[in-house]
Amino acid sequence: MGQLSLSGVTKNFGPVEVIKGVDLGVADGEFCVFVGPSGCGKSTLLRMIAGLEDVTGGTVALDGRDITDVPPARREIAMVFQSYALYPHLTVRDNMGLALKQAGRPRAEIRAATERAAAMLLLDALLDRRPAELSGGQRQRVAIGRAIVRRPKLFLFDEPLSNLDAALRVQTRIEIAKLHRELGATMVYVTHDQIEAMTLADKIVVLRAGQVEQIGAPMELYNDPDNTFVAGFIGSPQMNFLKSGALGLSSHSAGIRPEELRLGDIPGAISGTVSHVERLGGETLVYVHTEDHGLLTARLFGEHNRAVGSELGITFDPARLFHFDQAGRRLR
Amino acid sequence: MSQTRHSPGRAIAAHAVLIVWTLIALFPVFVTVVNSFKSKKAIFTQPLALPGPESFDLVGYRTVANQGDFVAYFQNSLVVTCLSLFCVLLFGAMAAFALSEYRFRGNTLMGLYLALGIMIPIRLGTVAILQMMVATGLVNTLTALVLVYTAQGLPLAVFILSEFMRSVSDDLKNAGRIDGLSEYRIFFRLVLPLVRPAMATVAVFTMIPIWNDLWFPLILAPSESTKTITLGSQVFLGQFVSNWNAVLAALSLAILPVLVLYLIFSRQLIRGITAGAVK
Repeated sequence: MGQLSLSGVTKNFGPVEVIKGVDLGVADGEFCVFVGPSGCGKSTLLRMIAGLEDVTGGTVALDGRDITDVPPARREIAMVFQSYALYPHLTVRDNMGLALKQAGRPRAEIRAATERAAAMLLLDALLDRRPAELSGGQRQRVAIGRAIVRRPKLFLFDEPLSNLDAALRVQTRIEIAKLHRELGATMVYVTHDQIEAMTLADKIVVLRAGQVEQIGAPMELYNDPDNTFVAGFIGSPQMNFLKSGALGLSSHSAGIRPEELRLGDIPGAISGTVSHVERLGGETLVYVHTEDHGLLTARLFGEHNRAVGSELGITFDPARLFHFDQAGRRLR
Repeated sequence: MSQTRHSPGRAIAAHAVLIVWTLIALFPVFVTVVNSFKSKKAIFTQPLALPGPESFDLVGYRTVANQGDFVAYFQNSLVVTCLSLFCVLLFGAMAAFALSEYRFRGNTLMGLYLALGIMIPIRLGTVAILQMMVATGLVNTLTALVLVYTAQGLPLAVFILSEFMRSVSDDLKNAGRIDGLSEYRIFFRLVLPLVRPAMATVAVFTMIPIWNDLWFPLILAPSESTKTITLGSQVFLGQFVSNWNAVLAALSLAILPVLVLYLIFSRQLIRGITAGAVK
């Protein structure tokens, strides 16, 4: 119940092609995250799945049923928006029950569904308030509740955490993950934040300029990126890219994760000077300026004292390098 | 509170300017209302004096009550103004919604076309309008006035409302679509309540010129049964003799309904003007 498949989906705004042929399957119960920089088309793609944006070419199917031209309300989907999008004139109860009311369901059923969802999200006490009387976190919970009440085959989330402050974002992220486990429903989630993508997803779809760069489980993308874009986008701090020529390698460039760099005495494989240090307690990020490779980031665990301006040598295990060709494609 | 933002000197200066402006704006209204309660002699000898025991005279109001059917004139004015206002707001908001919400070929051109009326005075088309009304047999009906005023009010309404509707969150409308609301329900239940301040602004700017208009009632509906209050008051203004008591009394009475309508809309109007200024 809730298997989504996109085949050859394209979208044009006038002469501009914003989605350039996306093929994707999301299995029943899977948590799929679209991630990419702003303007990559991830929100447009989500809105096309929702039916809020017309599909120029290709088909969208849910459980084998072609829903490309079905209006949003009849797609058996529910969507949670970044700006919550609660109806300002309705109470929390009515906000959550509206879709069922529109579908002409009996009042007792609507009441039961609303109260069950409210209990799941700890909204019981707020049912008779209006959106204006709620905090940001509560509003987002109501928006999620409104989606749950409909028992959709597919949940769509459009950057639902972007308007929340950092602490609340972590808390709501955990709540969404818990919800996914409890409901076992298929979810498609859009974010530009790769940490959200890594922590929530069963499957990540990395998009750039309307094209899928790579699809895979979070650790697959982290440990086995297809190209420099995915390698650079997934993982924080970003992967370091080294010029292969300066290292005597045959590839065009070589990537290495910040945690794989070891800092030692001169001379290492690469030498440089410390340009900035960030101490986060659990880890220390050392930014090293190097002659050949520009600024490199090293991630050390625990607390370290490195004076800015001091010279050091960097070593690494060559087996941990990712090799890329001129076009940024991975050489395996 | 800092001294720079709340120095008493500045506050006094600002209030002085506002008071002077208020006096200038209210002066004609004041003179009209005050003189409507005076005898004819008193109006001409001491036009600025308040009505005293000697000069107080309700002759103007008596004339208005006896001569001509002023209740009917009032009714005509109210019917025309309210119906026109309703049509302008409804159709203006609908057009604005379509222009701001849907992407279709010629959207911008259509918007410009609808806004063109702001720049071209409708009175330039009087002859054509009259011919049209004669051809359709609408001369001397209130329908003629309602149609003309609706056409006159729409351009500004579309222009102002489409700007405001663009500011209504897309997410909200999309949430409605996913929940199965029809486009009409989205328009009436979600969008209209959110642009209420803008609607009030448009209502006030539309209503006042309609209520005060003399031109179209004179040309399109001068018959006794369709006279509006502004046109009705003209019976007291002759070429050689004017019954000033009656004119002033009629005008004083004419201020009342428009004042009531303004008060209804003004709360919303102030909110519209300051929209976005205060969180």
